[in-house]
Amino acid sequence: MTSSTNPAIVATDLRKSYGDKVVLDGVDLMITEGTIFALLGPNGAGKTTTVQILSTLIRADGGDARIFGHDLTREPDAVRALIGVTGQFSAVDNLLTARENLTLMADLCHLGRAAGRRRIADLLDQFDLTEAAAKPVSTYSGGMRRRLDLAMTLVGEPRVIFLDEPTTGLDPRSRRAMWHIIRALVAEGVTILLTTQYLEEADQLADRVAFLDHGRLIAEGTPRELKRLIPGGHVVLQFADQEGLDSAARTLQAATRDDAALTLQVPSDGGVGSLRSLLDQLDSASISVAGLSVHTPDLDDVFLTLTGQPDTRAGRTHHERASAR
Amino acid sequence: MSTISLAVRDSSTMLRRNLLHMRRYPSMTFLLIGIPIIILLLFVYVFGGTLGAGLGPSGDRSQYANYVTPGILLITVVSAAQGTAISVAMDMTEGIIARFRTMSIFRPSVLTGHVLGSLVQTMLSLAAVTVVALLVGFRPTANPVEWLAALGVLAMVTFALTWLSVALGLVSDSVETASNLPMPLILLPFLGSGFVPTDSMPAAVRWFADYQPFTPVMETLRGLLLGTGIGNNATIAVVWCAVITVACFLWAKALYNRNRTS
Repeated sequence: MTSSTNPAIVATDLRKSYGDKVVLDGVDLMITEGTIFALLGPNGAGKTTTVQILSTLIRADGGDARIFGHDLTREPDAVRALIGVTGQFSAVDNLLTARENLTLMADLCHLGRAAGRRRIADLLDQFDLTEAAAKPVSTYSGGMRRRLDLAMTLVGEPRVIFLDEPTTGLDPRSRRAMWHIIRALVAEGVTILLTTQYLEEADQLADRVAFLDHGRLIAEGTPRELKRLIPGGHVVLQFADQEGLDSAARTLQAATRDDAALTLQVPSDGGVGSLRSLLDQLDSASISVAGLSVHTPDLDDVFLTLTGQPDTRAGRTHHERASAR
Repeated sequence: MSTISLAVRDSSTMLRRNLLHMRRYPSMTFLLIGIPIIILLLFVYVFGGTLGAGLGPSGDRSQYANYVTPGILLITVVSAAQGTAISVAMDMTEGIIARFRTMSIFRPSVLTGHVLGSLVQTMLSLAAVTVVALLVGFRPTANPVEWLAALGVLAMVTFALTWLSVALGLVSDSVETASNLPMPLILLPFLGSGFVPTDSMPAAVRWFADYQPFTPVMETLRGLLLGTGIGNNATIAVVWCAVITVACFLWAKALYNRNRTS
Protein backbone atom coordinates (compact mmCIF):
# COMPACT_ATOMS: atom_id res chain seq x y z
CA MET A 1 0.00 0.00 0.00
CA THR A 2 2.31 2.76 1.24
CA SER A 3 5.19 0.70 2.52
CA SER A 4 7.54 1.93 -0.19
CA THR A 5 7.28 5.55 0.93
CA ASN A 6 8.52 7.32 4.01
CA PRO A 7 6.14 7.34 6.99
CA ALA A 8 5.93 10.72 8.72
CA ILE A 9 3.63 9.67 11.55
CA VAL A 10 3.33 6.17 12.93
CA ALA A 11 1.10 5.49 15.90
CA THR A 12 0.33 2.12 17.41
CA ASP A 13 -2.48 1.30 19.77
CA LEU A 14 -2.90 4.80 21.25
CA ARG A 15 -5.05 4.79 24.35
CA LYS A 16 -6.34 7.57 26.53
CA SER A 17 -9.04 7.81 29.15
CA TYR A 18 -10.17 10.54 31.47
CA GLY A 19 -11.45 8.76 34.56
CA ASP A 20 -13.99 6.19 33.41
CA LYS A 21 -14.42 7.78 30.03
CA VAL A 22 -12.37 6.05 27.35
CA VAL A 23 -11.49 8.65 24.74
CA LEU A 24 -9.07 6.67 22.61
CA ASP A 25 -9.42 2.93 22.51
CA GLY A 26 -6.44 1.67 20.53
CA VAL A 27 -5.83 3.91 17.54
CA ASP A 28 -3.29 2.97 14.86
CA LEU A 29 -2.14 5.48 12.28
CA MET A 30 0.36 5.38 9.45
CA ILE A 31 0.72 8.62 7.57
CA THR A 32 2.99 8.94 4.59
CA GLU A 33 5.25 11.94 4.16
CA GLY A 34 3.86 14.62 1.89
CA THR A 35 0.22 13.54 2.12
CA ILE A 36 -2.92 14.83 3.75
CA PHE A 37 -4.54 12.44 6.15
CA ALA A 38 -8.00 13.34 7.39
CA LEU A 39 -9.38 12.12 10.67
CA LEU A 40 -13.13 12.31 10.50
CA GLY A 41 -15.60 11.92 13.26
CA PRO A 42 -18.40 13.50 15.24
CA ASN A 43 -17.78 15.66 18.31
CA GLY A 44 -16.30 13.62 21.10
CA ALA A 45 -14.96 10.88 18.83
CA GLY A 46 -11.39 11.53 20.02
CA LYS A 47 -10.05 13.62 17.13
CA THR A 48 -8.71 16.46 19.24
CA THR A 49 -7.28 14.04 21.79
CA THR A 50 -5.40 12.27 19.00
CA VAL A 51 -3.94 15.59 17.85
CA GLN A 52 -3.08 16.60 21.41
CA ILE A 53 -1.20 13.35 21.94
CA LEU A 54 0.65 13.45 18.63
CA SER A 55 1.63 17.08 19.16
CA THR A 56 3.10 16.28 22.63
CA LEU A 57 0.47 18.36 24.40
CA ILE A 58 -0.77 15.45 26.48
CA ARG A 59 0.52 11.95 27.07
CA ALA A 60 -1.20 8.80 25.94
CA ASP A 61 -2.00 6.23 28.60
CA GLY A 62 -0.79 3.49 26.33
CA GLY A 63 0.62 2.72 22.91
CA ASP A 64 3.40 4.62 21.21
CA ALA A 65 3.91 7.03 18.40
CA ARG A 66 6.76 8.36 16.34
CA ILE A 67 7.17 11.40 14.14
CA PHE A 68 9.89 10.83 11.57
CA GLY A 69 11.27 8.12 13.83
CA HIS A 70 11.35 10.27 16.99
CA ASP A 71 9.48 8.78 19.89
CA LEU A 72 6.89 11.17 21.35
CA THR A 73 7.59 10.44 25.00
CA ARG A 74 11.33 9.88 24.86
CA GLU A 75 12.29 12.72 22.51
CA PRO A 76 9.51 15.30 22.80
CA ASP A 77 11.79 18.20 21.91
CA ALA A 78 12.99 16.52 18.71
CA VAL A 79 9.33 15.99 17.81
CA ARG A 80 8.40 19.58 18.68
CA ALA A 81 11.13 20.86 16.38
CA LEU A 82 9.46 19.05 13.47
CA ILE A 83 5.81 19.82 14.03
CA GLY A 84 3.40 22.71 13.93
CA VAL A 85 -0.09 22.78 15.39
CA THR A 86 -3.09 24.88 14.53
CA GLY A 87 -5.79 24.03 16.96
CA GLN A 88 -9.50 24.32 17.02
CA PHE A 89 -9.27 27.30 19.37
CA SER A 90 -7.12 30.01 17.94
CA ALA A 91 -3.60 29.89 19.29
CA VAL A 92 -2.80 33.54 18.79
CA ASP A 93 -1.98 36.26 21.29
CA ASN A 94 -5.03 38.50 21.20
CA LEU A 95 -3.27 41.42 22.85
CA LEU A 96 -0.63 41.63 20.14
CA THR A 97 -0.76 42.59 16.48
CA ALA A 98 -0.30 40.06 13.68
CA ARG A 99 3.25 41.23 13.11
CA GLU A 100 4.07 41.01 16.81
CA ASN A 101 2.58 37.52 16.97
CA LEU A 102 4.70 36.40 14.04
CA THR A 103 7.78 38.10 15.49
CA LEU A 104 7.20 36.22 18.72
CA MET A 105 7.18 32.96 16.75
CA ALA A 106 10.28 33.91 14.76
CA ASP A 107 12.14 34.69 18.00
CA LEU A 108 11.02 31.45 19.61
CA CYS A 109 12.08 29.53 16.51
CA HIS A 110 15.46 31.27 16.84
CA LEU A 111 15.41 32.70 13.36
CA GLY A 112 17.97 35.43 12.93
CA ARG A 113 16.71 39.00 12.83
CA ALA A 114 16.96 39.41 9.06
CA ALA A 115 15.73 35.91 8.28
CA GLY A 116 12.85 36.38 10.70
CA ARG A 117 11.78 39.66 9.09
CA ARG A 118 11.86 38.13 5.63
CA ARG A 119 9.85 35.13 6.72
CA ILE A 120 7.28 37.35 8.45
CA ALA A 121 6.89 39.61 5.43
CA ASP A 122 6.43 36.54 3.20
CA LEU A 123 3.83 35.00 5.49
CA LEU A 124 1.89 38.23 5.94
CA ASP A 125 1.81 38.52 2.18
CA GLN A 126 0.94 34.88 1.53
CA PHE A 127 -1.90 34.95 4.05
CA ASP A 128 -3.22 38.31 2.95
CA LEU A 129 -2.58 39.93 6.30
CA THR A 130 -0.13 42.68 5.33
CA GLU A 131 -2.75 45.39 5.52
CA ALA A 132 -3.95 44.40 8.98
CA ALA A 133 -0.47 43.55 10.28
CA ALA A 134 -0.32 46.48 12.71
CA LYS A 135 -3.79 46.00 14.17
CA PRO A 136 -4.38 44.04 17.36
CA VAL A 137 -5.62 40.52 16.68
CA SER A 138 -8.66 41.12 18.90
CA THR A 139 -10.11 43.20 16.05
CA TYR A 140 -9.75 40.41 13.47
CA SER A 141 -12.50 38.36 11.85
CA GLY A 142 -12.64 34.61 12.37
CA GLY A 143 -11.10 33.92 8.98
CA MET A 144 -8.21 36.36 9.49
CA ARG A 145 -7.54 34.93 12.92
CA ARG A 146 -7.41 31.41 11.51
CA ARG A 147 -5.05 32.52 8.75
CA LEU A 148 -2.76 34.21 11.26
CA ASP A 149 -2.92 31.09 13.39
CA LEU A 150 -1.72 28.96 10.50
CA ALA A 151 0.89 31.55 9.50
CA MET A 152 2.30 31.38 13.04
CA THR A 153 2.48 27.61 12.77
CA LEU A 154 4.46 27.95 9.54
CA VAL A 155 7.12 30.37 10.83
CA GLY A 156 9.33 27.49 11.95
CA GLU A 157 8.81 25.61 8.66
CA PRO A 158 7.44 22.45 10.26
CA ARG A 159 7.55 19.18 8.31
CA VAL A 160 4.40 17.85 9.93
CA ILE A 161 1.37 20.04 10.56
CA PHE A 162 -1.60 19.16 12.70
CA LEU A 163 -4.74 21.01 11.74
CA ASP A 164 -7.49 20.46 14.26
CA GLU A 165 -10.76 21.43 12.59
CA PRO A 166 -9.12 24.26 10.65
CA THR A 167 -12.34 25.45 9.02
CA THR A 168 -14.88 24.97 11.79
CA GLY A 169 -16.86 28.18 12.12
CA LEU A 170 -15.52 29.75 8.92
CA ASP A 171 -17.74 31.10 6.17
CA PRO A 172 -17.64 29.31 2.78
CA ARG A 173 -15.25 31.81 1.23
CA SER A 174 -12.75 31.59 4.11
CA ARG A 175 -13.09 27.83 4.03
CA ARG A 176 -12.16 27.73 0.33
CA ALA A 177 -9.21 30.03 1.04
CA MET A 178 -8.04 27.70 3.80
CA TRP A 179 -8.33 24.67 1.50
CA HIS A 180 -6.23 26.47 -1.07
CA ILE A 181 -3.53 27.16 1.52
CA ILE A 182 -3.56 23.56 2.74
CA ARG A 183 -3.15 22.19 -0.79
CA ALA A 184 -0.25 24.57 -1.41
CA LEU A 185 1.49 23.34 1.75
CA VAL A 186 1.27 19.72 0.74
CA ALA A 187 2.57 20.60 -2.70
CA GLU A 188 5.73 21.76 -0.90
CA GLY A 189 6.13 18.35 0.73
CA VAL A 190 4.63 19.03 4.15
CA THR A 191 2.69 16.22 5.81
CA ILE A 192 -0.70 17.17 7.20
CA LEU A 193 -2.94 15.47 9.70
CA LEU A 194 -6.30 17.15 9.47
CA THR A 195 -9.29 16.59 11.67
CA THR A 196 -12.70 17.64 10.52
CA GLN A 197 -16.39 17.06 10.99
CA TYR A 198 -17.01 17.98 7.38
CA LEU A 199 -16.95 15.01 5.09
CA GLU A 200 -16.78 17.24 2.07
CA GLU A 201 -13.58 18.74 3.40
CA ALA A 202 -11.96 15.34 3.76
CA ASP A 203 -13.21 14.38 0.32
CA GLN A 204 -11.76 17.56 -1.18
CA LEU A 205 -8.39 17.52 0.52
CA ALA A 206 -7.34 14.18 1.85
CA ASP A 207 -5.26 11.45 0.26
CA ARG A 208 -6.44 9.09 2.95
CA VAL A 209 -9.34 9.29 5.35
CA ALA A 210 -9.99 7.52 8.62
CA PHE A 211 -13.26 7.49 10.50
CA LEU A 212 -12.98 7.83 14.23
CA ASP A 213 -15.95 6.90 16.36
CA HIS A 214 -15.96 6.42 20.13
CA GLY A 215 -12.19 6.37 20.20
CA ARG A 216 -11.77 3.70 17.54
CA LEU A 217 -10.93 3.82 13.87
CA ILE A 218 -13.86 2.17 12.19
CA ALA A 219 -12.66 2.51 8.61
CA GLU A 220 -9.69 3.81 6.72
CA GLY A 221 -8.82 4.26 3.09
CA THR A 222 -8.81 6.69 0.20
CA PRO A 223 -12.07 8.60 -0.25
CA ARG A 224 -12.77 6.48 -3.31
CA GLU A 225 -12.21 3.23 -1.44
CA LEU A 226 -14.45 4.37 1.36
CA LYS A 227 -17.28 5.33 -0.95
CA ARG A 228 -17.13 1.85 -2.37
CA LEU A 229 -17.92 0.51 1.09
CA ILE A 230 -21.55 1.47 0.81
CA PRO A 231 -24.22 0.50 -1.68
CA GLY A 232 -24.48 2.68 -4.78
CA GLY A 233 -26.49 5.82 -5.21
CA HIS A 234 -30.20 6.34 -5.50
CA VAL A 235 -32.83 8.56 -7.01
CA VAL A 236 -35.34 10.33 -4.81
CA LEU A 237 -38.74 10.89 -6.37
CA GLN A 238 -41.01 13.52 -4.88
CA PHE A 239 -44.77 13.27 -5.25
CA ALA A 240 -47.51 15.82 -4.96
CA ASP A 241 -49.92 13.55 -3.10
CA GLN A 242 -50.33 10.21 -1.39
CA GLU A 243 -52.04 8.71 -4.41
CA GLY A 244 -49.03 9.32 -6.66
CA LEU A 245 -46.73 7.84 -4.08
CA ASP A 246 -48.92 4.76 -3.72
CA SER A 247 -49.08 4.01 -7.42
CA ALA A 248 -45.35 4.64 -7.91
CA ALA A 249 -44.53 2.35 -5.00
CA ARG A 250 -46.63 -0.37 -6.67
CA THR A 251 -44.77 0.10 -9.95
CA LEU A 252 -41.25 0.30 -8.54
CA GLN A 253 -40.92 -2.71 -6.27
CA ALA A 254 -37.33 -2.11 -5.12
CA ALA A 255 -38.04 1.37 -3.80
CA THR A 256 -38.23 2.50 -0.18
CA ARG A 257 -41.06 4.89 0.58
CA ASP A 258 -41.31 7.74 3.02
CA ASP A 259 -44.97 8.55 3.61
CA ALA A 260 -44.38 11.66 5.65
CA ALA A 261 -42.19 13.31 3.02
CA LEU A 262 -44.13 11.80 0.09
CA THR A 263 -40.88 10.54 -1.41
CA LEU A 264 -39.72 7.31 -2.87
CA GLN A 265 -36.08 6.29 -2.83
CA VAL A 266 -35.09 4.15 -5.79
CA PRO A 267 -31.68 2.45 -6.01
CA SER A 268 -29.83 3.70 -9.08
CA ASP A 269 -26.32 4.31 -10.31
CA GLY A 270 -27.44 7.80 -11.29
CA GLY A 271 -26.50 7.26 -14.95
CA VAL A 272 -28.52 8.80 -17.81
CA GLY A 273 -29.57 5.39 -19.10
CA SER A 274 -31.02 4.16 -15.85
CA LEU A 275 -32.72 7.50 -15.25
CA ARG A 276 -34.36 7.35 -18.64
CA SER A 277 -35.67 3.85 -18.08
CA LEU A 278 -36.96 4.86 -14.65
CA LEU A 279 -38.85 7.82 -16.13
CA ASP A 280 -40.18 5.65 -18.96
CA GLN A 281 -41.50 3.20 -16.41
CA LEU A 282 -43.30 5.99 -14.56
CA ASP A 283 -44.65 7.48 -17.81
CA SER A 284 -46.11 4.22 -19.00
CA ALA A 285 -47.92 3.88 -15.67
CA SER A 286 -49.12 7.52 -16.03
CA ILE A 287 -47.67 8.56 -12.71
CA SER A 288 -46.77 12.22 -12.41
CA VAL A 289 -43.63 13.08 -10.45
CA ALA A 290 -43.34 16.45 -8.75
CA GLY A 291 -39.57 16.39 -8.35
CA LEU A 292 -36.52 14.24 -8.75
CA SER A 293 -33.04 14.30 -7.30
CA VAL A 294 -30.08 12.08 -8.03
CA HIS A 295 -27.94 11.09 -5.09
CA THR A 296 -24.45 9.65 -5.59
CA PRO A 297 -22.72 8.20 -2.52
CA ASP A 298 -20.58 10.63 -0.57
CA LEU A 299 -18.59 10.25 2.61
CA ASP A 300 -21.66 11.24 4.62
CA ASP A 301 -23.34 8.05 3.49
CA VAL A 302 -20.26 6.06 4.38
CA PHE A 303 -20.12 7.59 7.80
CA LEU A 304 -23.79 7.13 8.52
CA THR A 305 -23.69 3.57 7.26
CA LEU A 306 -20.66 2.75 9.37
CA THR A 307 -21.79 4.42 12.57
CA GLY A 308 -25.56 4.17 12.30
CA GLN A 309 -25.85 0.45 11.74
CA PRO A 310 -23.29 -1.22 13.95
CA ASP A 311 -24.87 -4.68 13.43
CA THR A 312 -24.27 -4.80 9.73
CA ARG A 313 -20.76 -3.50 10.04
CA ALA A 314 -18.81 -6.61 10.91
CA GLY A 315 -17.01 -8.36 8.11
CA ARG A 316 -17.97 -5.95 5.36
CA THR A 317 -14.55 -5.47 3.83
CA HIS A 318 -10.91 -5.69 4.69
CA HIS A 319 -10.82 -1.94 5.31
CA GLU A 320 -12.70 -2.36 8.48
CA ARG A 321 -10.89 -2.59 11.74
CA ALA A 322 -11.98 -5.32 14.08
CA SER A 323 -13.81 -3.49 16.78
CA ALA A 324 -13.92 -6.33 19.26
CA ARG A 325 -10.87 -6.78 21.38
CA MET B 1 22.32 25.84 21.69
CA SER B 2 23.05 25.09 25.34
CA THR B 3 20.20 24.88 27.83
CA ILE B 4 21.30 28.06 29.58
CA SER B 5 21.48 30.24 26.48
CA LEU B 6 18.21 28.74 25.25
CA ALA B 7 16.65 29.58 28.61
CA VAL B 8 17.94 33.16 28.52
CA ARG B 9 16.94 33.69 24.92
CA ASP B 10 13.42 32.29 25.20
CA SER B 11 12.83 33.97 28.57
CA SER B 12 13.78 37.35 27.16
CA THR B 13 11.47 36.75 24.18
CA MET B 14 8.65 36.00 26.59
CA LEU B 15 9.61 39.05 28.69
CA ARG B 16 9.20 41.18 25.56
CA ARG B 17 5.75 39.63 25.11
CA ASN B 18 4.74 40.51 28.68
CA LEU B 19 6.11 44.04 28.41
CA LEU B 20 4.10 44.54 25.22
CA HIS B 21 0.98 43.37 27.05
CA MET B 22 1.62 45.93 29.79
CA ARG B 23 2.32 48.72 27.36
CA ARG B 24 -0.81 48.00 25.39
CA TYR B 25 -3.03 47.72 28.46
CA PRO B 26 -1.63 50.13 31.05
CA SER B 27 -4.90 50.30 32.99
CA MET B 28 -3.93 47.20 34.98
CA THR B 29 -0.63 48.78 36.02
CA PHE B 30 -2.41 51.99 37.10
CA LEU B 31 -4.95 50.02 39.08
CA LEU B 32 -2.20 48.12 40.87
CA ILE B 33 -0.32 51.33 41.72
CA GLY B 34 -3.54 53.00 42.87
CA ILE B 35 -4.26 50.57 45.73
CA PRO B 36 -1.07 51.23 47.77
CA ILE B 37 -1.29 54.98 47.12
CA ILE B 38 -4.86 55.13 48.41
CA ILE B 39 -3.90 53.12 51.51
CA LEU B 40 -0.92 55.42 52.04
CA LEU B 41 -3.03 58.58 51.83
CA LEU B 42 -5.70 57.03 54.04
CA PHE B 43 -3.25 56.07 56.74
CA VAL B 44 -1.23 59.28 56.69
CA TYR B 45 -4.08 61.80 56.44
CA VAL B 46 -6.97 59.98 58.15
CA PHE B 47 -5.37 57.75 60.79
CA GLY B 48 -1.89 59.30 60.80
CA GLY B 49 -2.43 61.85 63.55
CA THR B 50 -3.76 59.35 66.07
CA LEU B 51 -1.47 56.50 65.07
CA GLY B 52 1.55 58.83 65.08
CA ALA B 53 0.76 59.83 68.65
CA GLY B 54 0.94 56.16 69.58
CA LEU B 55 4.51 55.84 68.30
CA GLY B 56 5.93 57.73 71.28
CA PRO B 57 5.84 61.04 73.17
CA SER B 58 7.11 63.01 70.14
CA GLY B 59 5.04 61.06 67.59
CA ASP B 60 2.93 62.90 65.03
CA ARG B 61 1.58 62.60 61.50
CA SER B 62 4.96 63.19 59.80
CA GLN B 63 6.64 60.59 61.97
CA TYR B 64 3.85 58.17 61.08
CA ALA B 65 4.46 58.80 57.36
CA ASN B 66 7.99 57.56 57.94
CA TYR B 67 6.80 54.60 59.96
CA VAL B 68 4.16 53.42 57.51
CA THR B 69 6.11 53.74 54.22
CA PRO B 70 7.97 50.39 54.39
CA GLY B 71 4.63 48.66 54.96
CA ILE B 72 3.11 50.55 52.04
CA LEU B 73 6.01 49.45 49.84
CA LEU B 74 5.17 45.85 50.68
CA ILE B 75 1.49 46.51 49.94
CA THR B 76 2.71 47.71 46.55
CA VAL B 77 4.57 44.45 45.98
CA VAL B 78 1.54 42.41 47.05
CA SER B 79 -0.80 44.44 44.87
CA ALA B 80 1.43 43.85 41.85
CA ALA B 81 1.60 40.15 42.76
CA GLN B 82 -2.17 39.98 42.60
CA GLY B 83 -1.96 41.42 39.09
CA THR B 84 0.55 38.72 38.18
CA ALA B 85 -1.76 35.95 39.37
CA ILE B 86 -4.58 37.43 37.30
CA SER B 87 -2.52 37.82 34.16
CA VAL B 88 -1.05 34.31 34.46
CA ALA B 89 -4.54 32.83 34.91
CA MET B 90 -5.82 34.86 31.96
CA ASP B 91 -2.88 33.77 29.86
CA MET B 92 -3.54 30.11 30.63
CA THR B 93 -7.02 30.41 29.14
CA GLU B 94 -5.48 31.55 25.83
CA GLY B 95 -4.89 29.08 23.04
CA ILE B 96 -1.40 30.41 22.51
CA ILE B 97 -0.20 28.62 25.63
CA ALA B 98 -1.03 25.30 23.95
CA ARG B 99 1.03 26.47 20.99
CA PHE B 100 4.01 27.24 23.25
CA ARG B 101 3.72 23.77 24.76
CA THR B 102 4.09 22.16 21.35
CA MET B 103 7.14 24.22 20.43
CA SER B 104 10.74 23.28 20.95
CA ILE B 105 11.48 26.09 23.39
CA PHE B 106 12.73 26.43 26.97
CA ARG B 107 9.57 25.14 28.56
CA PRO B 108 9.30 27.37 31.66
CA SER B 109 9.97 30.48 29.55
CA VAL B 110 6.25 31.36 29.59
CA LEU B 111 6.54 31.58 33.38
CA THR B 112 9.93 33.29 33.52
CA GLY B 113 8.57 35.86 31.07
CA HIS B 114 5.73 36.60 33.47
CA VAL B 115 8.07 36.77 36.46
CA LEU B 116 10.54 39.12 34.78
CA GLY B 117 7.71 41.25 33.41
CA SER B 118 6.13 41.51 36.85
CA LEU B 119 9.50 42.37 38.35
CA VAL B 120 9.77 45.33 35.95
CA GLN B 121 6.16 46.32 36.61
CA THR B 122 6.56 46.12 40.39
CA MET B 123 9.77 48.17 40.34
CA LEU B 124 7.94 50.89 38.40
CA SER B 125 5.06 50.77 40.89
CA LEU B 126 7.50 50.99 43.80
CA ALA B 127 9.16 54.05 42.26
CA ALA B 128 5.77 55.76 41.82
CA VAL B 129 4.65 54.93 45.35
CA THR B 130 7.97 56.12 46.80
CA VAL B 131 7.54 59.47 45.06
CA VAL B 132 4.05 59.86 46.57
CA ALA B 133 5.40 58.85 49.99
CA LEU B 134 8.09 61.53 49.71
CA LEU B 135 5.39 64.06 48.83
CA VAL B 136 3.32 63.22 51.93
CA GLY B 137 6.20 63.50 54.35
CA PHE B 138 8.38 60.37 54.08
CA ARG B 139 11.90 61.56 55.00
CA PRO B 140 14.39 58.72 54.56
CA THR B 141 17.88 59.07 56.02
CA ALA B 142 19.44 56.44 53.78
CA ASN B 143 22.75 56.94 51.96
CA PRO B 144 23.15 55.60 48.37
CA VAL B 145 24.43 52.22 49.58
CA GLU B 146 21.45 51.83 51.89
CA TRP B 147 19.09 52.85 49.08
CA LEU B 148 20.67 50.20 46.89
CA ALA B 149 20.34 47.61 49.65
CA ALA B 150 16.68 48.58 50.15
CA LEU B 151 16.14 48.18 46.42
CA GLY B 152 17.76 44.74 46.66
CA VAL B 153 15.46 43.74 49.52
CA LEU B 154 12.41 44.90 47.56
CA ALA B 155 13.56 43.05 44.43
CA MET B 156 14.14 39.93 46.48
CA VAL B 157 10.71 39.98 48.10
CA THR B 158 9.09 40.85 44.76
CA PHE B 159 10.80 37.89 43.13
CA ALA B 160 9.57 35.55 45.86
CA LEU B 161 5.99 36.84 45.83
CA THR B 162 5.89 36.87 42.02
CA TRP B 163 6.72 33.16 41.87
CA LEU B 164 4.07 32.60 44.52
CA SER B 165 1.49 34.50 42.48
CA VAL B 166 2.50 32.70 39.27
CA ALA B 167 1.80 29.43 41.07
CA LEU B 168 -1.50 30.82 42.41
CA GLY B 169 -2.43 31.93 38.89
CA LEU B 170 -1.67 28.43 37.58
CA VAL B 171 -3.53 26.59 40.33
CA SER B 172 -6.66 28.70 39.80
CA ASP B 173 -9.24 27.26 37.46
CA SER B 174 -10.64 30.71 36.71
CA VAL B 175 -9.51 34.30 36.55
CA GLU B 176 -11.84 35.15 39.46
CA THR B 177 -10.13 32.59 41.67
CA ALA B 178 -6.75 33.93 40.63
CA SER B 179 -7.87 37.38 41.66
CA ASN B 180 -9.07 36.19 45.08
CA LEU B 181 -6.32 33.74 46.07
CA PRO B 182 -3.57 36.33 46.70
CA MET B 183 -6.03 38.56 48.62
CA PRO B 184 -4.92 37.41 52.13
CA LEU B 185 -1.38 38.56 51.30
CA ILE B 186 -2.52 42.16 51.43
CA LEU B 187 -3.44 41.62 55.10
CA LEU B 188 0.04 40.46 56.06
CA PRO B 189 1.61 43.94 56.35
CA PHE B 190 -1.30 44.85 58.68
CA LEU B 191 -0.81 41.68 60.73
CA GLY B 192 2.86 42.58 61.15
CA SER B 193 4.91 45.64 61.96
CA GLY B 194 3.73 47.51 58.85
CA PHE B 195 1.19 49.92 60.34
CA VAL B 196 1.70 49.76 64.10
CA PRO B 197 4.50 48.29 66.23
CA THR B 198 3.79 44.66 67.12
CA ASP B 199 4.24 45.22 70.87
CA SER B 200 0.91 47.08 70.89
CA MET B 201 -0.90 43.89 69.81
CA PRO B 202 -2.52 41.17 71.96
CA ALA B 203 -0.26 38.15 72.61
CA ALA B 204 -1.61 35.74 69.96
CA VAL B 205 -1.66 38.34 67.18
CA ARG B 206 1.71 39.60 68.26
CA TRP B 207 3.18 36.10 68.09
CA PHE B 208 1.93 35.75 64.51
CA ALA B 209 3.08 39.26 63.63
CA ASP B 210 6.57 38.66 64.94
CA TYR B 211 7.09 35.36 63.14
CA GLN B 212 5.46 35.94 59.76
CA PRO B 213 7.76 36.66 56.81
CA PHE B 214 6.69 40.26 56.13
CA THR B 215 7.76 41.64 59.51
CA PRO B 216 11.51 40.97 59.11
CA VAL B 217 11.32 42.37 55.56
CA MET B 218 9.63 45.56 56.77
CA GLU B 219 12.01 45.90 59.71
CA THR B 220 14.97 45.54 57.35
CA LEU B 221 13.56 48.19 55.01
CA ARG B 222 12.85 50.49 57.94
CA GLY B 223 16.40 50.04 59.18
CA LEU B 224 17.93 50.73 55.77
CA LEU B 225 15.74 53.73 54.92
CA LEU B 226 15.26 55.32 58.34
CA GLY B 227 18.21 54.11 60.37
CA THR B 228 16.32 52.03 62.96
CA GLY B 229 17.90 48.83 64.29
CA ILE B 230 17.93 45.86 61.88
CA GLY B 231 19.39 43.12 64.08
CA ASN B 232 18.99 39.65 62.56
CA ASN B 233 15.92 40.71 60.58
CA ALA B 234 17.93 40.97 57.34
CA THR B 235 19.07 37.35 57.59
CA ILE B 236 15.57 36.12 58.43
CA ALA B 237 14.16 38.12 55.50
CA VAL B 238 16.69 36.62 53.07
CA VAL B 239 15.96 33.08 54.27
CA TRP B 240 12.18 33.60 54.02
CA CYS B 241 12.47 34.98 50.49
CA ALA B 242 14.80 32.20 49.37
CA VAL B 243 12.49 29.51 50.76
CA ILE B 244 9.37 31.07 49.21
CA THR B 245 11.10 31.56 45.86
CA VAL B 246 12.42 28.00 45.57
CA ALA B 247 9.24 26.35 46.84
CA CYS B 248 6.96 28.42 44.61
CA PHE B 249 9.22 28.04 41.58
CA LEU B 250 9.06 24.26 41.93
CA TRP B 251 5.31 24.39 42.57
CA ALA B 252 4.68 26.61 39.54
CA LYS B 253 6.85 24.43 37.32
CA ALA B 254 5.00 21.28 38.37
CA LEU B 255 1.65 22.97 37.81
CA TYR B 256 2.67 24.14 34.35
CA ASN B 257 3.92 20.71 33.33
CA ARG B 258 0.91 18.76 34.53
CA ASN B 259 -1.25 17.11 31.93
CA ARG B 260 -4.08 19.38 31.01
CA THR B 261 -7.22 17.89 29.64
CA SER B 262 -8.31 20.86 27.60
